[in-house]
Amino acid sequence: MCHSELRSIQKNLDKFYAAGILPVAISVDKPETNREMLAQAGYTFPFLSDPKAETIARYDLVHAGQGEGGQDIARPAEFLLDSSGTVRWVNLTENYFVRARPEQILEAAALLK
Amino acid sequence: MQRVNQVSFHTMTIKRLNWQIWAGFLLTLIAGFSYPLFFVNFPVTRDFPWANLLLFAIAAALVVVGLKRAFGAAGSTDTSAKRSTLSKIVASSLAFLSVAIIGLFLFSAFIMSRWLPSSTGAPQVGQKAPEFTLNDPTGKSVSLAGLRSSPLPGQTNPPNGVLLIFYRGYW
Repeated sequence: MCHSELRSIQKNLDKFYAAGILPVAISVDKPETNREMLAQAGYTFPFLSDPKAETIARYDLVHAGQGEGGQDIARPAEFLLDSSGTVRWVNLTENYFVRARPEQILEAAALLK
Repeated sequence: MQRVNQVSFHTMTIKRLNWQIWAGFLLTLIAGFSYPLFFVNFPVTRDFPWANLLLFAIAAALVVVGLKRAFGAAGSTDTSAKRSTLSKIVASSLAFLSVAIIGLFLFSAFIMSRWLPSSTGAPQVGQKAPEFTLNDPTGKSVSLAGLRSSPLPGQTNPPNGVLLIFYRGYW
């Protein structure tokens, strides 16, 4: 379920690259898990591991105890940063069934140029 | 001779499967499982699960018809009364399971899915995104600064922007 968004990013990856946008996925999954998952799902953009949820905590996105065995995980969220690293667009969904759509993000990305 | 024919016809009618209750139950299962397995792949059917709600509505209607059929048609002879007791039990059980599945779906789609932290401290528009260094799948350290400055695949310039996607995890 959580992966429909990542799949839609991968499907539109050419458009993101054409817009000069690098998508980066971050979760608490370990590098080994990501390696398996990438091999299976065929994602080609960067996947980063934050197993202790430190970066996730710095971004105030910790969803406490929601992972396997009560692990802290990230709540879904998207941030579009410009070339200086400043946040230009944020999506903090209030319902995890509802996720940002690639068109929405690309629209926001067009304003960065 | 005439009488025998009538009786066997009557028995056949009672034996006939209450297909509405079974179809209703099966459709409930399909409506529930088709969200994670299929409809979640399309933003139009993911963000609001209207397709699943529609299937659930049809399923519920079938279950209601099936229940009416099981409880409305009371048998007149001893044998048929026994059959209809069984069919009442089956119909009630399937109806109960259907309601439970529908309830579970509604609960997870409209209540549980909103149990998210408020994240009031998350970086806001106009703020600098906190720097980080994390491992990629090969175990290599990757920093946000590094991502911002290295060119995109097949390009020579660094990206105009970086899209950080935080997600719940693969488990």
